[in-house]
Amino acid sequence: MSRQKTILFACGTGIATSTAVNVAVTEAMKKRGLTFNAQQAKATEVPGLADGVDFIVSTTPISASVTKPVIKGLAFLTGIGKDKVLDEIEAELRK
Amino acid sequence: MSDGLMQLLDPEAIVLGSDASTNEEIIRILAGRLEALGYVKSSYADAVVHRERTTPTGLPLERADNVAVPHTDPEHVLKPGIAMGTLRKPVTFANMEDPDEKLPVGFVFLLAINDKDKQIEALQSVMATIQNPEALDGLRSARTLDDVRAVLG
Repeated sequence: MSRQKTILFACGTGIATSTAVNVAVTEAMKKRGLTFNAQQAKATEVPGLADGVDFIVSTTPISASVTKPVIKGLAFLTGIGKDKVLDEIEAELRK
Repeated sequence: MSDGLMQLLDPEAIVLGSDASTNEEIIRILAGRLEALGYVKSSYADAVVHRERTTPTGLPLERADNVAVPHTDPEHVLKPGIAMGTLRKPVTFANMEDPDEKLPVGFVFLLAINDKDKQIEALQSVMATIQNPEALDGLRSARTLDDVRAVLG
């Protein structure tokens, strides 16, 4: 069995929209039989935290200096294109 | 469909059909309500306006009247609450995901959040409302608090 992966959820304040996205992704992945460790942070904190996580799901732009995969999380707020983003997240978790 | 939103949405902090013409104007109107009602410190309005410039909160819903969810750091919040404004004419907010893109916004949910673990349901109910076109259409035509309650339950 592969190591449990860690997703870093980011947004402007690290408290509001990243919380909504974290909950939505956690529930959706549970339905797909996948669990993960979750962290939350402000977008500005991501460069300093990225080394410790597998990938990032963010509702706001992330510095180009970050080399870990960044998945856009706005779909979980708008509802538009959610399934496609869930597929991307599932693919990263199954890597 | 939007269970729980009315729990944190203070009826005194609902402004329907505002004539505000900029995002700063509607933010300051709603922040003034939250401050008067004891939800936020006097520093909150400036902090939200500043944050909206640096990390905007417009959400593109592929509508003529999109939604924005301005908020700021917990240090400016005294207790959790949500203010809501609907605009007579949409005002411009920048897109959260692409700050160079401007969005016409007809609905503003001003969030005063200070404990993410306790306010998950409220955040989820805001998102459920945003993702429900019928609810937004209902809010747009709402003229009284009872109209709002009928939409948000």
